[in-house]
Amino acid sequence: MTSATNGLTIAVPRGALFDETVELLSGLGLDTAELRSNDRKLLFEDIGVITMRPSDVPTYVESGAADIGITGKDVLLEQAAHGSEDPARREVYELLDLGYGRCTMVLASKAGPDLAAEALRRLGVMRVATKYPRIAARHLEQTGRQAEIVEVKGSVELAPLTGMVEAIVDLTATGATLREHDLIVREEIVECTARLIANPVAHKLRAEAIDRLLERLRAA
Amino acid sequence: MIHPIPSGTRDVLPDETREVRAITDALRGVFERHGYGEVYTPALEYESVLARAGHTAQGAGSSGEAQPAYRVFDGSGAALVLRSDMTVPIARVVATRYPTAEPPLRFCYLAHCYRGVRPQRGQPRELLQAGIELIGAPAPQGTAEALGVLCAALDTVGLEDYRIGLGDASLFPSLMASLGVSEDARPRLLAALANRDFVGLEEELAGLGLAAQDRDLLLDVPQRRGGPDVLAASTGVVADAAANMRQVYELLDAQVAERVIFDLGLVRSIGYYTGAVFEVYDPALGAPIGGGGRYDELLGRFGRSLPAVGFALGVDRLHIALMGEERGTGALL
Repeated sequence: MTSATNGLTIAVPRGALFDETVELLSGLGLDTAELRSNDRKLLFEDIGVITMRPSDVPTYVESGAADIGITGKDVLLEQAAHGSEDPARREVYELLDLGYGRCTMVLASKAGPDLAAEALRRLGVMRVATKYPRIAARHLEQTGRQAEIVEVKGSVELAPLTGMVEAIVDLTATGATLREHDLIVREEIVECTARLIANPVAHKLRAEAIDRLLERLRAA
Repeated sequence: MIHPIPSGTRDVLPDETREVRAITDALRGVFERHGYGEVYTPALEYESVLARAGHTAQGAGSSGEAQPAYRVFDGSGAALVLRSDMTVPIARVVATRYPTAEPPLRFCYLAHCYRGVRPQRGQPRELLQAGIELIGAPAPQGTAEALGVLCAALDTVGLEDYRIGLGDASLFPSLMASLGVSEDARPRLLAALANRDFVGLEEELAGLGLAAQDRDLLLDVPQRRGGPDVLAASTGVVADAAANMRQVYELLDAQVAERVIFDLGLVRSIGYYTGAVFEVYDPALGAPIGGGGRYDELLGRFGRSLPAVGFALGVDRLHIALMGEERGTGALL
């Protein structure tokens, strides 16, 4: 237990959001020395931190294994792409936009003539590779296009370069990776930043601790 | 041979059944002692009948998780649904079988309900619910009685650390109306709140061109929760809702009152609630164990207009929480 986080257990994402999240926690007075130095350890009980990949944060927070957590809006959107009726939706509170980790979910394809448009016109569907199948399907549905979503686990850029698909939906911060592979952004779907989320029961039973933390994060 | 069963369903074998039976027997005993008679109703109902509860409406503010998810057709082509809760079937029973009976009427049930949810811990698609419906007893007395039975039930099964969140389903809609939020924006704000998305609520509010203090109020009020001081320092419709909650609170026995957390942002995903709403939380489980509230307009849709209140507990969730407390492990422990 630590006073810096009012005794709350926090789910911290490894990966792109990690450094800024640790910075934020340090700013709250948390001793993050071990968190920074030991990247194999998962559970930091003495500072109330557990670490995991960003897409697992809502899972741990929803179950109550962590009271609160930090993850990207892209993760939250992918797990609830169709709003409150979506059966995949995680029952967590989204309390604060932390502002960092800003990136954009885009639809991109090879530079030059738009192969996706041609496929749509001549074959009736476009093939789209993505790590975010629910966000991609929803975006294409909402824009009235038929698509075959091809889910891949990594290096989405490879899919259009090999001709497997005509387009990709992926998250981009600077666009450098896209440019490297001669891909251009055709559409911007949504801006994503890091969010503070909370377990619904912790939000009630630990209201004071959570609200005090929120206040300090807003002021930070 | 392994033969599958549908996702979200499961078999219950003797060791578990024995424990579940101990819980359900205790609950049934409490309900009966408080004058609530047990009823059974068909698991299958006509879709057209349940639809009277507004269960077919889609989108924000509709019935959410209480929307029937399983539909079959009978020999004549009529659409049947598997009930998603017991409140609506009991409303039907009251209108049909008790058209002239002197209220209040008290019913309890232990019944399986069926929902199209994402199966996870304590959230099956076929879930055993235990609950009561108190028909014809208006607020605040009826609400206080239901909360009393709820706590008696939880005490009797041996749950120790639970709390009851108490809110008002009409508060946020009234607040939006009183601050002049346009009709077409209201469902979006309510959806953000029902989604527990305060970031989304803030974004929606920013685009409405409201005065700064009104915007802050709409964002701040639903985040107020805690002891009786939450009810203080309110004005306008917030004060009205706070007064209603205080009325209920003052009627509660001390051992019930000490369990209450006031929560001005409490929103239930079921659409028929009209006034007081409540949820049961226990640190051994990361999700509510049950909940309920007032549904003063539902009975009228079935032709017998009576104020009513009720609650349902998820028996599986209660069982998980009891075991978590017993072992000193669990979600927030």
